[in-house]
Amino acid sequence: MPLAGFSAGLVVCLFVGWLVFPQILYSEKTQPIDFSHKLHVDEVGECDGCHYFREDGSFSGIPRLASCVECHEEAVGEHPEEAKLVAEYVKPGKEIPWLVYARQPDCVYFSHAAHVKMAELDCVICHGPIGDSDHTRPYQYNLITGYSRDIWGWNIAGMSKNAWDYSQTDESGEVHIDSPARMKMDDCAICHEEKGTNDGCFVCHK
Amino acid sequence: MKMDRRTFLEISIGGSLGAGAGITFSPLPWKITDDLSIWTQNWPWTPVPAEGEVSHADSVCNLCPGGCGITVRKVEDRVTKIEGREGYPVNDGGICILGAAGLQLLYGPWRVPSPLRRAGKRGSGQWEQISWEDAIGEVVKKLAELRGNGKAHTVACILGSDRGTVPHLFARFLKAYGSPNFIRSASSGDTYELALGLMQGATASVAYDLEQASFILSFGSGLIEGWGSPVRVIRAHSMWRSGNMKERATVVQIEPRLSNTAAKADNWYSVNPGTEAALALGLAHVIIKESLYDSNFIRNHTFGFDDWGDFTGKTYTGFKRLVLTEYSPDVVSEITGLSRSKIVGLARAFAKAKRPLAVWGRGKGTTSGSLYECMAVHALNALTGNVNKPGGVSTLPPQLTEGWPEVYQDAAACSGCSMPRMDGAGTDRYPFTRCLPDRWPQMVNDKKNGTIQALLVHDADPYYTTLDSAAVAKAFASIPFVVSFSTYMDETAHHADLILPNHHYLERLEDVPTPIGLQKPILGLLKPVVSPQFDTRHTGDVIMTIAKELGGTVADAFSWEDYETLLKETVGDNWDTLEEAGYIEKTDYTPPAWENAFDTPSRKFEFYITALDQAGMKIGKDLDYLPHYEPVRAEGDPATYPLTLIPAELMRLASGAIGSPPFCTKSLEETELKGNDLFVEINPKTAADHGLTEAQPATLETPKGKAKVLVHLFEGIMPGVIAIPKGLGHAAYDDYLAGKGVNANSLMGVVEDPISGLCATWGIRAKLSPVGGHGHLG
Repeated sequence: MPLAGFSAGLVVCLFVGWLVFPQILYSEKTQPIDFSHKLHVDEVGECDGCHYFREDGSFSGIPRLASCVECHEEAVGEHPEEAKLVAEYVKPGKEIPWLVYARQPDCVYFSHAAHVKMAELDCVICHGPIGDSDHTRPYQYNLITGYSRDIWGWNIAGMSKNAWDYSQTDESGEVHIDSPARMKMDDCAICHEEKGTNDGCFVCHK
Repeated sequence: MKMDRRTFLEISIGGSLGAGAGITFSPLPWKITDDLSIWTQNWPWTPVPAEGEVSHADSVCNLCPGGCGITVRKVEDRVTKIEGREGYPVNDGGICILGAAGLQLLYGPWRVPSPLRRAGKRGSGQWEQISWEDAIGEVVKKLAELRGNGKAHTVACILGSDRGTVPHLFARFLKAYGSPNFIRSASSGDTYELALGLMQGATASVAYDLEQASFILSFGSGLIEGWGSPVRVIRAHSMWRSGNMKERATVVQIEPRLSNTAAKADNWYSVNPGTEAALALGLAHVIIKESLYDSNFIRNHTFGFDDWGDFTGKTYTGFKRLVLTEYSPDVVSEITGLSRSKIVGLARAFAKAKRPLAVWGRGKGTTSGSLYECMAVHALNALTGNVNKPGGVSTLPPQLTEGWPEVYQDAAACSGCSMPRMDGAGTDRYPFTRCLPDRWPQMVNDKKNGTIQALLVHDADPYYTTLDSAAVAKAFASIPFVVSFSTYMDETAHHADLILPNHHYLERLEDVPTPIGLQKPILGLLKPVVSPQFDTRHTGDVIMTIAKELGGTVADAFSWEDYETLLKETVGDNWDTLEEAGYIEKTDYTPPAWENAFDTPSRKFEFYITALDQAGMKIGKDLDYLPHYEPVRAEGDPATYPLTLIPAELMRLASGAIGSPPFCTKSLEETELKGNDLFVEINPKTAADHGLTEAQPATLETPKGKAKVLVHLFEGIMPGVIAIPKGLGHAAYDDYLAGKGVNANSLMGVVEDPISGLCATWGIRAKLSPVGGHGHLG
């Protein structure tokens, strides 16, 4: 009888801990525009066509509305998402409130220049093959910390996988990015240690 | 299955254990722990700038006359950090604490949000927001009325400085309007300019080639605390220390208190406060007696070193005789309290150094000081011939606003400008002095030279910075119309009738003249790096609008469309360079050679000031024409006030017109400011004599005021002397800035210099009595 009780408790709590808990912990938002990276990569070129480094070495991040307006001042196609872009953002001159999957907490200092230019890391190593995707995936965020789920990683146990392992191609040939790699402090530290880069606290925590 | 008590317990306990195991082997506890720790590291209520595009913009800081280049980091239109601008000729990337705190001044609650009209009693803090048109209209109405009644001369302007286009606009306005009363805030530059005018015939400010000097003898100058252009001086200090000029420079500090500068010096000589001039002359005595002076310079380019005779055959005492007879090391030792051997040793070391430089200006140089003391120190530089040479002292002519058309003065302007100034500067008594910023309150209170009917204050806070706060408050109360152009709700604005707020310095365009003390002319440009946060206007534009609305010849003097046009026109061909680079440096500037350097009546450097006679000053004794030691008395009866109170300048506090925001005050030691209570420093021996212990509350009393303070025992201060930090005790601004400590200026009085009339105060007699309790003033 105690064993039955034990088993029941165990099963229920494993179920709660592994399956229910993540559902409660994370909430979901959709991006303001369903954006196709694939289409834009074909038109504009590599990642740095839009996510470029400025002259002073700083990273531009997500393009601002002005970059979109360069082509989309008026709708160039018939896609409903493009019509939405023009109507809701381009015409009123309102910046698009993109949700940033890879945004680190405020206490973290991160330099794209150091990683992309100096260490020559490919974008895909951290961000996955996002350039191949046709749709934006939902933005999930942690209700306690408020941060993107991508930081902890999509595996609730915190098991790490390579970013590029998470893409799936469906029957129609469209690529979906499920869940890219984690971006926790340990992940930074592992790489810094492997490469022999300085892994002192102050490197990331100014 | 029958559920008896036993079964229930078995299932419950088993279930609990299972649940525990299940939870343990699930990610739940570990993930929650991690998330909570992240949450605590990023408190969601801690304000952080919104995400956005990061950019940088260069400008110049004008919070003090130091004129450092700054680089402002912005996220969108929000300034998030102010840093020193790399490669800027003054500070090359460095910044001081106040410069970095400029951010708090920009966004702090002390900003004046729009034109304000007083709604309650003066100083009650009750305001009514009015439109710019109404605000300007009120000023125009009042000024037109005064001018119409022949009282143009009763209008006065107090400014932070007289350099740059905006102060020149005010001066021009007064000239066209008809008032002689242009006053700039006090600084040691007032006295040094006078000394240079008398000894060298120069209309110039003093410049020091600190970077190349090899021996720096500082007469109480706070080289670390913010003297001159603070970042530049600290950088020079590092060069002296590290010896990257090939040889390490020697720094000697003369000061009654172990300041940061004294602590960092090679030698610190603690002398009786106020006797610095005697020490300078004692050093001169040794240098002359041992023939350590530059005989070439003295023989060919100076006047009045030796005794001399005029065409009537009358002979006059020269500097040499005076110094040799009056200031022997024994006499000077008696006056200063410094031993004979130290005086002789210091004189020899100074004179034998390759490029010795004596610098003057107490603390941060926010008070004028004694003219004879300044001349005595300057004479040391002349003795070593270190004038207009690398590593020496030189002069920098003012940057004039050339090209501005002449002002046509109508009858009202002519008659107004011919009236005596309200502070008595430029009169027979003080013919050399241009303005007397600490004297006017007493003059107004004594009803000398008439009254002031309207006072315009820009870039200055005379209500806070002028010594003898009680007299200042009384003088303000007697002025019927006070207008402030302040960006911040400072003390003067708080006691004004009308505030016409200027843009913050990060929101406006303006020229920044050569930083104080710099040996090469640099014109910097203040650029609007952020859009105006409030309904403010550029004071340059406002003063021109007022002039235009006054009409007639006053309007005619301001033909420019707006301030920006005027600035571009004034800078002329160099505008594009200035706008692009942010500054123009005249790297090829060198001070004139000795043959052409001196524009005195003798065309030489004058130890004996012949100009004093020509101005018709009634001076009887030979002594008065020579740098000599004339004790500047500390006010107060020693019997009632057994101690001497001196101000202490701190490197983390601004002590001028700009109040130190929390970024600065939070960095103070707990022996300087604890909560809102300020500490005065006292030597443990003196403290024991007066029954005072560490952190004890006490009443500090001087002939000018009374304050509650805490006592800090400090071996680094001379027995019998107590020091109070300068820059605290603001009463206006807001709750974050005000109410911290005591305003040192409120405890000091004005002691006039006999020749210049400027404030020569270095301290005051004081009494410190215990009030019981411990550690808190309650």
